[in-house]
Order: sequence, then C-alpha cells, then structure tokens
Amino acid sequence: MSAQHLVEAICALLLVIGASFALIGSWGLVRLPTLMERLHGPTKATTLGLGGMLLGSMLFFQLSRGTWSAHELLISLFLFLTAPVAANLIAKVHLHRLRASENPEAVSAAGMPPPVPGDADWATYEAPHPGTPAATSEADPSPADRPKR
Amino acid sequence: MIEAAILYAFACLALALALNLWRLLKGPTTGDRIVALDTMVINTIALIVLFGIAFESQIYFEAALLLAMVGFIGTVAYCKFMLRGDIVE
Repeated sequence: MSAQHLVEAICALLLVIGASFALIGSWGLVRLPTLMERLHGPTKATTLGLGGMLLGSMLFFQLSRGTWSAHELLISLFLFLTAPVAANLIAKVHLHRLRASENPEAVSAAGMPPPVPGDADWATYEAPHPGTPAATSEADPSPADRPKR
Repeated sequence: MIEAAILYAFACLALALALNLWRLLKGPTTGDRIVALDTMVINTIALIVLFGIAFESQIYFEAALLLAMVGFIGTVAYCKFMLRGDIVE
C-alpha cells in the first residue's frame, strides 16, 4: 500500500468518524430527557465530530493540492473557543427559567443546583448589585419591572 | 474510498439535521430550541466543509468561517435576550 493510499484511507476514516460523532450528538439531543442532559450531545459529540471532519479536510487538501490551508485550523480554533461559551449561556438560560417559574417540572437527574453560597454570584440567580456601573438596570433596580423596549 | 466516505458523511449530517429540526419544532422550552439551532449551525458548517472536500474547492471554507462566527453571535444574542430581556445593555 503506497503512502498516497494510506493518507487517503486516514482521511476517509476521519471523515466517517467525524460524521458519526455529529450524528450521535444530534441523536443525544433528541433522545436525552432534560435540557441539562441534552446540552451534552451537541456541545461534546458534535464539536468533536466537526473537529474530526476538519482534520480530514486538512489531510485531503494536503493530499490533492499539496498545500496546507489554514482555514480549517481557524474554524476549529474558533469553534472550540465558542462552543463552551454558548453551552454555558444556554445552561444559564435554563437556570434562569427554572428560577422564574413557580413550580419547575423535572429538573434533571442531578436535581436543582445548590444555592449560591454567600457573596458569590451565578449571574442569573441575582439581580445586579446596586451601584453596578454600565447596566441599564441602574436606572431601574428591579429587572422584572424593566420596560420592554 | 474517499467518495464513499463523503457520501456516508453527507447521509449522517442530513440525518443529524433532521433530528435537530425535530428538537427545534418539539423542544418544550426556549433553551431546547436554542440548543437545536446552535447544533444546526454546527452541522451546517460541517456540511459546507464537506462540500468543499467533495468539489475540491477551498472557497467554501470562507463561508464556513463566516457561518461559525455568525452562528455563535446569534446563539449568544438569543441567550442574552432570554436572560436579560435585552441584548446590548
């Protein structure tokens, strides 16, 4: 087996693995029972799958054109930076909604998160501290009554 | 060999997008819909990269990079809106 064939096989394998992981992530999104668990599928499996496909793409263009393309590196770097941030924000939205609703339905297998200790702040569990600069809530201390614009 | 892998990847991603669409339509809460949209964007990026491989063209990567940025900003803006009732405070 020549080196060309070997590289092509590795490239095909990376593509197959990446696509399978993307599918598994979406299947987890459909299958898992609550939002906190559903977050795991897309944020881990799908990101890993896309990383695998980008690696395969890099190898493929190295094989067919003989040039390195930096685009895949940029995309994967950007994606690996942003995926956790997006997941964290979505989890915050979920916590916010749980706090806002009177009787939350089944939360998750882990139950409700523990109360915020002392002075610490989970950002969604507290209104901004009084005197916090650069916030519209400064004009109106209670976020719930804030007029919709 | 690589053609078969590309076909398989296309099929997997199409199925994944259909599953995401199901969650987007059904998803009981807003958070589920945001997750579904975010996953759809990531799968679409994968699809565009795959197109680039299938047609041996590097032009598609610009679109994938743009979509990665716009998708992330969209997710953050939606979450921010749900959290604070406002996007730019």
